[in-house]
Amino acid sequence: MGATVSHDDHGHHHEEGFISKYIFSMDHKMIAKQFLVTGMMMGVLGMMLSIFFRIQLGWPGEESTVLNMFLGDDWAPNGILDRNMYLGLVTIHGTLMVFFVLTAGLSGTFSNLLIPLQLGARDMASGFLNMLSYWMFFISTCLMTISLFVESGPAMAGWTVYPPLSALEEAVPGSGLGMTLWLMSMAIFIASSLLGSLNYIVTVLNLRTKGMKMTRMPLTIWAFFVTAILGVLSFPVLLSAALLLLMDRTMGTNFYLSDIIVGGEMMDYTGGSPLLFEHLFWFLGHPEVYIVLLPALGITSEIIATNSRKPIFGYRAMIGSILAIGFLSFIVWGHHMFLTGMNPFLGGVFVFTTLLIAIPSAVKVFNYLTTIWKGNIVYTPGMLFSIGLVSTFITGGVTGIILADSALDITVHDTYFVVAHFHVVMGLSAIFGMFAGVYHWFPKMYGRMMNTKMGYFHFWTTLISGYGVFFPMHFVGIAGAPRRYYDYSVYDLFDKAQYEMILDLNVLISIFAILGAFAQGVFIFNFFYSIWFGQKAVQNPWKSNTLEWTTPVEHVHGNWPGPRPEVHRWPYDYSKPGAEEDFIPQIVPLAEGEEDH
Amino acid sequence: MESKFIILIVIVLGIVAISQLARVYELAAKLKGKKEEDISDSDNRMNARMMFAFMILFFGTVIYFYTEYGRGLLPEAASVHGVEQDWLMNLNIFIITTVFFLTNFLLFFFASKYYKRKGSKAYFFPHDNKLELIWTVIPSIVLAVIIILGLKNWNEVTGAPSEDAEKVELYSKQFSWTARYSGEDNVLGDFNYKLVNDDINNPLGVVTRVTMETQIEALKAKIVDEKAKLNSDSLVFADDIEYKMHKKVERLSRVVRRLEEELASYNDSLDIPALDDKIVRGDLHLKVNQEYEFQFRAEDVIHSAYFPHFRAQMNTVPGMKTRFKFTPTITTKEMREKLQDENFNYVLLCNKICGASHSNMYMLVQVDDEATYDAWIAEQPTFKSTVIDELNK
Ligand code: HEM
Ligand SMILES: [Cu+2]
Ligand SMILES: [Cu+2]
Repeated sequence: MGATVSHDDHGHHHEEGFISKYIFSMDHKMIAKQFLVTGMMMGVLGMMLSIFFRIQLGWPGEESTVLNMFLGDDWAPNGILDRNMYLGLVTIHGTLMVFFVLTAGLSGTFSNLLIPLQLGARDMASGFLNMLSYWMFFISTCLMTISLFVESGPAMAGWTVYPPLSALEEAVPGSGLGMTLWLMSMAIFIASSLLGSLNYIVTVLNLRTKGMKMTRMPLTIWAFFVTAILGVLSFPVLLSAALLLLMDRTMGTNFYLSDIIVGGEMMDYTGGSPLLFEHLFWFLGHPEVYIVLLPALGITSEIIATNSRKPIFGYRAMIGSILAIGFLSFIVWGHHMFLTGMNPFLGGVFVFTTLLIAIPSAVKVFNYLTTIWKGNIVYTPGMLFSIGLVSTFITGGVTGIILADSALDITVHDTYFVVAHFHVVMGLSAIFGMFAGVYHWFPKMYGRMMNTKMGYFHFWTTLISGYGVFFPMHFVGIAGAPRRYYDYSVYDLFDKAQYEMILDLNVLISIFAILGAFAQGVFIFNFFYSIWFGQKAVQNPWKSNTLEWTTPVEHVHGNWPGPRPEVHRWPYDYSKPGAEEDFIPQIVPLAEGEEDH
Repeated sequence: MESKFIILIVIVLGIVAISQLARVYELAAKLKGKKEEDISDSDNRMNARMMFAFMILFFGTVIYFYTEYGRGLLPEAASVHGVEQDWLMNLNIFIITTVFFLTNFLLFFFASKYYKRKGSKAYFFPHDNKLELIWTVIPSIVLAVIIILGLKNWNEVTGAPSEDAEKVELYSKQFSWTARYSGEDNVLGDFNYKLVNDDINNPLGVVTRVTMETQIEALKAKIVDEKAKLNSDSLVFADDIEYKMHKKVERLSRVVRRLEEELASYNDSLDIPALDDKIVRGDLHLKVNQEYEFQFRAEDVIHSAYFPHFRAQMNTVPGMKTRFKFTPTITTKEMREKLQDENFNYVLLCNKICGASHSNMYMLVQVDDEATYDAWIAEQPTFKSTVIDELNK
């Protein structure tokens, strides 16, 4: 029904100073941009780290001036990567990408930008908490970056930081100060994420404009809303896991430790269990992958509908799928733990629940396909990336079926097959969603257009190099090559044919990774260039129905200079028979005798 | 330093050059009155064709990879359950490959066909319950089949081993594996991590009265040693080191106290299963067609016992016993002949990140025929001869 109106209904304008406008801003649009730029920085850093370890994997043991130049004589003496640092790079790369780029960068940007704009709200429910959320995120990125420069190295236990490896600095040097910084950074990050999520939920529930029923919300908002709920329910569990780990490390408790001799020292821990940590971690960890993916899917739904000039097919089924995925994602975490010593019967239960998730995922894919079927596709860069997302979502989703089948997971667990799977869904699909969103809403954020031709170039090179990197990894993995290996020289001892194959594929993968990294340079350039020199945007460049395109190009505090818009229809009236134009914005009242969707 | 400087200058100049090009492009577009948001028909057509071209390229590459790398050059399964698992894997790969080709084809085909051009219109088609029902039900049925077959296999693999499964322990630590065979009685002696002591050849902490007594003495000596260092006038330690030494004394004292309690209630009959155990540090030898029940332990951090050729894997966790069973079916010799590779070996790899040399933590596995195996195992010394008799000397 009609949403409550809590803000005053007149936009308030007042002069702001530089600091309150650009730095400690409480305006959701500015905060969105802050999240985006910070997330992009972290993305560039994460990508650089991955190039470093890809150099090692592609050309193991060869001297590389690049490595020596960036990592110095401590970590890459003679240009050969240090074994410990290899693990450190992998760990920080994973952490940055999953949490800082795809959680904060993606949700933080687009939830902040779009929730108020697409719902017709003047701002987030609490601008102050919103600002706090960004600044906590910023501090956590700083801590994580600093941890790269610690003398004993950054955290080295993998992004999943399983104890005891992460708890004992005798086990690996990164588990000293590096790990402490990691935990502190993550604790602050989680607090930031919680503040953000609470804000999103409250805003969606309370600040919708007149006529914006839940069933008229764009799918972007549905996705952000469910994502926020997942975050609120799962991140606290990770926080407690991290705090207990911190206590094990500093206060002599042993929640996760038992019967350990490390570095020749006999410890006296008894009764703790590493499995406890794994349960707590994956209770967040699996919902987390949907926290990453749902916003990307939401963004795609919006962009595909707009640029196919067709309603999204099966709007209600799409909402249903989002809700089903959200719910199921809480009862599948055990599929990461089939081989940890967990009770096999429990493993069987997790097989069942996990494969259930494939059903709503399949529904979403078929609905996308039907949406572009008989469409009138306009190839904006955003649209290209959305189609790329659907392709990679299929490719990555199907391999999940193998991993979810515990009997088959026995051979491929912790191999490159898993690495391939989650990179295709997160490293390609979710990242594509983020790119799509940036191209699509750039005019809304900066009042200018990004260069389309560069966008095309960016998309095609990224799609090809992306698949070029991650597709061959399936074959490396199915050959049984474990992940997180510094090199595969041990294969020389038992199977030379396989060794050759792994080496060949690793070279191929590394070359594509380097090409792909250069392709991202084009995007970064296009982005910053367009902020200052791009062509000025018009109010509704993509001829879209949603409310954000009814605000003026120049940002005003409160979003609409006049009263808030009133909504009369769902957001997907594209190419509706009988209408003159091929789009009907949500603010247009239903014509006589016209039916709502 | 100089090279860094030159690289930096090249990058900066490159960016400036591209900006200028972009600027020219933008100005030219402005003159022609072209706007970024107006995607021209020719751009749409170009991208649509690219979609099709990409699909051909992509599918072609995928097919090439399937033929070239198929099951990734992993040799055929060399265990009983592995053969069934491979069958299931192939079935699943067949299903997902079909889905992959079908849906990706539809996607790229639609994307290349339905692009905007002069006079084209979109078809208004917001929902259709029947269609949606179809693509909810069909995946559900396929998944039901996958789940049922998968769980059947899983239950067999993880079910209880048979009576005559031979028990072997695999012990992991940074960065090596050690095996312990259970000997004639097929019962592994008890263990206690507090008894681990390489000096007396007891790297796995096997429990007997003698090893307990010896360990208590050894630890006490260590404590005395440490205390002496702390109290010595000639040695001066940094504060944090001294703090650590104090902690160590406390810790070891607690360990000794616990061991003494355990010794007090120790029942000597527990010695017996341990005496005929055999600790092996070289290759792991297995008898072909013999079922094995492995018990895994870890000393320091989590590792994972991964036998790719036997399609077997299980994590090893400090403070916990984990298990996995399998029956090898092809001897190393036979496998070498099949692969025509004289140097081929089965292997046990570590497959859980565990520190710097994680990628070098392995143990070669030999699957022998019965005679060879029997001869080999007979040569291995027992725990009694390597440890107990030595200590009693
Ligand atoms: C669609 C979004 C998805 C995302 C973002 C995602 C992400 C991930 C990530 C990050 C991991 C690796 C965790 C690690 O470091 O060990 C992973 C593993 C896994 N995924 Fe997915 N996944 C997705 C879809 C699916 C689907 C649809 C399924 C099943 C039907 C699935 C099943 C699994 C399983 C079983 C594993 C554990 C594999 C193993 O560790 O052996 N995933 N996924
Ligand atoms: Cu999961
Ligand atoms: Cu290991």
